[in-house]
Amino acid sequence: MTITDTPTAPAPQASRRLTTSKAMVEAIAQEMERDPAVVYLGEDVGAYGGIFSSTTDLLARFGPERIIDTPISETAFIGLGIGAAVEGMRPIVELMFADFMGVCLDQIYNHMAKIHFESGGNVRVPMVLTTAVGGGYSDGAQHSQCLWGTFAHLPGMKVVVPSNPADAKGLMTSAIRDDNPVVYMFHKGVMGLAWMAKNARSVGDVPDGEHLVPIGKAAVARPGTDVTVVTLSLSVHHALDVAEKLSGEGVEVEVIDLRSLVPLEREAILTSVAKTGHLVVVDEDYLSFGLSGEVVATVTDHDPTMLKAPVHRVAVPDVPIPYAHGLEYAVLPRPDRIEAAIRRSLAL
Amino acid sequence: MTMHAEPSTSPAAETAASALDAPTRTALFETMVLCRTYEEAILREYHADKGPGFDIGKGLVPGEMHLSAGQEPVAAGVCAHLTTDDAVTATHRPHHLAIAHGMDLRAMTAEIFGRETGLGRGRGGHMHLFDPATHFSCSGIIAEGYPPALGQAFAFQRKQTDRVAVAVTGEGAANQGAFHESLNLAARWSLPVVFVVEDNDWAISVPRDAATAVPSNADRAAAYGIPGERVEDNDVEAVYAAAARAVERARSGAGPSLIEIHTLRLWGHFEGDAQGYRPELAEVPSHDPIPRYEKALREAGVLDDDAVQRIRAAAAERVEDAIAYAKSSPLPDPASATSYVFA
Ligand SMILES: Cc1ncc(C[n+]2csc(CCOP(=O)(O)OP(=O)(O)O)c2C)c(N)n1
Ligand SMILES: [Mg+2]
Repeated sequence: MTITDTPTAPAPQASRRLTTSKAMVEAIAQEMERDPAVVYLGEDVGAYGGIFSSTTDLLARFGPERIIDTPISETAFIGLGIGAAVEGMRPIVELMFADFMGVCLDQIYNHMAKIHFESGGNVRVPMVLTTAVGGGYSDGAQHSQCLWGTFAHLPGMKVVVPSNPADAKGLMTSAIRDDNPVVYMFHKGVMGLAWMAKNARSVGDVPDGEHLVPIGKAAVARPGTDVTVVTLSLSVHHALDVAEKLSGEGVEVEVIDLRSLVPLEREAILTSVAKTGHLVVVDEDYLSFGLSGEVVATVTDHDPTMLKAPVHRVAVPDVPIPYAHGLEYAVLPRPDRIEAAIRRSLAL
Repeated sequence: MTMHAEPSTSPAAETAASALDAPTRTALFETMVLCRTYEEAILREYHADKGPGFDIGKGLVPGEMHLSAGQEPVAAGVCAHLTTDDAVTATHRPHHLAIAHGMDLRAMTAEIFGRETGLGRGRGGHMHLFDPATHFSCSGIIAEGYPPALGQAFAFQRKQTDRVAVAVTGEGAANQGAFHESLNLAARWSLPVVFVVEDNDWAISVPRDAATAVPSNADRAAAYGIPGERVEDNDVEAVYAAAARAVERARSGAGPSLIEIHTLRLWGHFEGDAQGYRPELAEVPSHDPIPRYEKALREAGVLDDDAVQRIRAAAAERVEDAIAYAKSSPLPDPASATSYVFA
């Protein structure tokens, strides 16, 4: 600052419109400025800027000592992240697609997730594992999965899944500052990439400056009175589109964006269902043994009589994601399936 | 970063007194031309309807598309020693190997177009070509094609055949645990495997020298007590010779070998890749192995205008037939989307 500058108090939470990817990158950059212990490691995160634009321009800004391209050795570099975190760094490590967890799962669930527990709370692992999820663009069975239910099932790691730019920034900031391992799962379809079909909601207002979204808090993405849709990630966009459409028919849909699976804000689900009595769960992960069942159990464990109608779950029907467009769209939770489930729930 | 030592204008290695007869050399050229003609056609079809702009999920061929242009010498030189009783496992960049190994072009192309007549009835896509007729398979997970190849070799060994399994990865994959576990196990059990590494200098945007601690992956074979050989210059005849030794060793029961070929990624990692990270981009086309081999064969009197013309026309005819077949094939019925999870 020079003396000719007029000191102005920072306008509280001025904002601009950004894509989700730019908002995510902004949080990483701000935390890297603030804390020299933050580094970002992964495949093609340097010159390429992340295959899904998770690190755009960060190499130019922070250099190869902090924005680090790795060999294709996920076990080695995710494990490296764990060890570095144990020694006081705050690494962000990218697994290019969540589908690739198979080659490095041991480091994730037996090491990253268990060290704090096994050490009786004496060793912390403050790292972020970022990973791209989701389908919708014919990338086939090994590049289209969400798998957040699998991560969330395994104890010891927080799991966050932003659906929009502001949350992408706020959850990333919180994830980096968290003293626990946090898995940060970004859907390719919410990033606002130029080369992929996108919903208008992948661009949105993002607060300037420091912005934190607490991990473990759901959001009411749209208030409503008639039916609750509990969902997350790209499905939030679809659910909001359907809610807008049905509002024209006089049906008010409440859309709950979970944002965080671990910890899960069960109270937000119960509050909404207590109001509407109708529940639809929309989950781009596999149907069985996962998130959608957990949401339903949250309600039935508490008080099954809250429900005025059977619950409807819109999820991937326990089949790998098919390549052919028509097959893929038949199994993904697209707006048509969400709308049909809401209509069934309300007997419309 | 490793670059091709030979400028394309210097005499190709293939011209230096070839040990191969004219029909063999012609066949290698034919295979390379067929592979390239195929990739050019897929390139055309892939980009035909991605607009406005570029939407990866749009068009008759949606999704990621990893084309193999420039890597034809690997496929031609290795697969020349195989029959369709031998197994080949490939990667996310599989087309050249599938074609050279004799996969039915119609069924392959229909799969890439997501049709019910495709190899996987449209379920798999271009990274997931499974063909029982040619024992071909591939995987989009880096290095994960190696372990199943061991099992095919194990089965061939138990059945007391002389069939072999060829396992192919890129050089980037050689830093993956599965690569090293596979080499060790195959060596210890003397499995009839030929490990092939396609070193195209790049793993997406990461140059091989930035990722790999040794100058040649062939050197890694020594760690497992098996022969390792590196072929420079994307030289199809040198690939042919190295593969002859490795396949013979596997067939005879002497165990696995590793061959690394210094090849060329002529195009982007996948379609839509602007390759801004690639400093040598402007000179890449000058290293194209096909014009170079054509020139060598013309100079050696193996090919003339007529022969080249015939080979190119025959390739175009086969490829366009396959594309037409794919386009006229039915799309899978969305009502069948949950089929085929179990036998
Ligand atoms: C386990 C795993 N990690 C990362 C990827 C993403 N990925 C796809 S291709 C590729 C580069 C592969 O490089 P290389 O093995 O040299 O093969 P090339 O693409 O050059 O043919 C990467 C990192 C993947 N598919 N699987
Ligand atoms: Mg490579």
